[in-house]
Amino acid sequence: MKISKEVIEHIAKLARLDLTDAEKDLYGNQLSDILGYVNELQKLDITKVEDIGQITGLENQLATDEVVDCGIPREELLKNAPDQKDGYIKVKSVLGRET
Amino acid sequence: MRIEEAKNLDLNEFLNKAKTIGQDFNILLSVADKPPTDNAVIPYLIKDNIVTTDYPTTCASKILENFISPYNATVVNKLKEAGYWIAGKTNLDEFAMGSSTENSAFGITKNPLDPTRVPGGSSGGSAAAVAAGITPFSVASDTSGSIRQPAAFCGVVGMKPTYGRVSRHGLVAMASSLDQIGPIANSTEDCAKILEIISGFDPKDATSLDGPVPNYPEEIKKDIKGVKVGVLREFFGEGIDEPVEVKVKQAIEKLQELGAEVVEISLPNVIYSLATYHIIQPAEVSANLARYDGVRYGLSAGSDDEIETIEEMYRKTRALGFGPEVKRRIMLGTYATSAGFRDAYYDRARKVAMLIKQDFDKAFKEVDVLVSPTTPTIAFKLGERVDDPVAMYKADLLTAPANIAGIPAISVPCGLVDNMPVGLQIMGPQLSESLVMRVAHNYEQSVDWREQ
Repeated sequence: MKISKEVIEHIAKLARLDLTDAEKDLYGNQLSDILGYVNELQKLDITKVEDIGQITGLENQLATDEVVDCGIPREELLKNAPDQKDGYIKVKSVLGRET
Repeated sequence: MRIEEAKNLDLNEFLNKAKTIGQDFNILLSVADKPPTDNAVIPYLIKDNIVTTDYPTTCASKILENFISPYNATVVNKLKEAGYWIAGKTNLDEFAMGSSTENSAFGITKNPLDPTRVPGGSSGGSAAAVAAGITPFSVASDTSGSIRQPAAFCGVVGMKPTYGRVSRHGLVAMASSLDQIGPIANSTEDCAKILEIISGFDPKDATSLDGPVPNYPEEIKKDIKGVKVGVLREFFGEGIDEPVEVKVKQAIEKLQELGAEVVEISLPNVIYSLATYHIIQPAEVSANLARYDGVRYGLSAGSDDEIETIEEMYRKTRALGFGPEVKRRIMLGTYATSAGFRDAYYDRARKVAMLIKQDFDKAFKEVDVLVSPTTPTIAFKLGERVDDPVAMYKADLLTAPANIAGIPAISVPCGLVDNMPVGLQIMGPQLSESLVMRVAHNYEQSVDWREQ
């Protein structure tokens, strides 16, 4: 099944990925190939199958509700931030803009 | 090089050799300038998607090219306590996505046994390092065969434990329900030694399993008389190269000679493992890689004054930072979980995964372990599959099932075809690492695999 350019553009938007026209073509074709391959799953009968979600049977692994110091100073943690100010990570404005 | 031999190494010599040979095959992404002040350590190399404070962790991606983690992975701390020292980080497919190490943003790694061929992936650097003799062992990760397949292609031993056996804290998340850390070494015994150290519950990994860690190096020395070995019918025949099958069947005969009882067994849903994987994994990837947005760490397109909005910053950062395979998988995963497609793809794949798990559960009521070739072919040539993603994915045809079912699996070399190694894969039920490695060790000790 061939994936249309519109669908590719929609997915790229959801995934926050800028694609060139050449990439849209290439990925469109490649994704179609891959989906063709995985489509064999459509023929299986899964009506009685329950997704247990966790392959080793673990359930509800909770942590105690207490504050634990991670042991790493703030300056260390901020070292990788591309832009920072006054001990905070700085980004462009998130609110009050058109999508 | 065995771990025992590595105990008395001249670390300067070790580093020089690692750098020169490492360069020949493009194995290393970082390496120590000089040995540590404490000389009484055993050096090793680790895959560059496991975080270390002493070296960058790039995941072979431009988006993390200069990233230095503020913390060490749990496995790194455990090995440090046990007297092991990281001498460098090895190359991989970008974000561990790939089967040939041709997806690295920092160059391909060549197979030391034949530099015109791939070392496998995604832990190609780790397997090549062991095969090239520049490290006694390596620690790497396996999501659909990324430890076992390169181990098979390079003629070394690679072990993927039960899901949850080894803490994933500090392993850069790719497909969180499938990723596991494990050792690559020149012998099963060495893998057992490392696995014993790195296994165990970790409160920092909510998926890690509680329960005692057996003395693996002791356990593997017992014999395999009476062990029931199931030969997976679906993993032989169509899609598998005949010369590879021949070597593996020869190895299975050897297991029989060693006292194992061999039976044929069929797991009808197991053939859907790779397709299932190629929906579940990209779906998890699309979620796990959303964090690479140029905000907290890594490459950021935000400093460009021409970028107006934060969304534009996200899109440009990710376009610049990710390679094609990563983009492909993010796209596929986004598609498979998007409104209108989620039922047909992701939810269905999750249920098929349950069917596959049930098949394995049934099988392990009849047999103790399952065997198969590790890969359908020997190491393919560099460049051979880069333009055909589906052909590339099929390298993991026989290794993906163990990740889907969360079960332990090991690859040991069992012969040569066209002078390239063939891997024998042994799988067992969850938490049966002792048994799986016992079978591998007994086999390994009874033959010189290069003569098979």
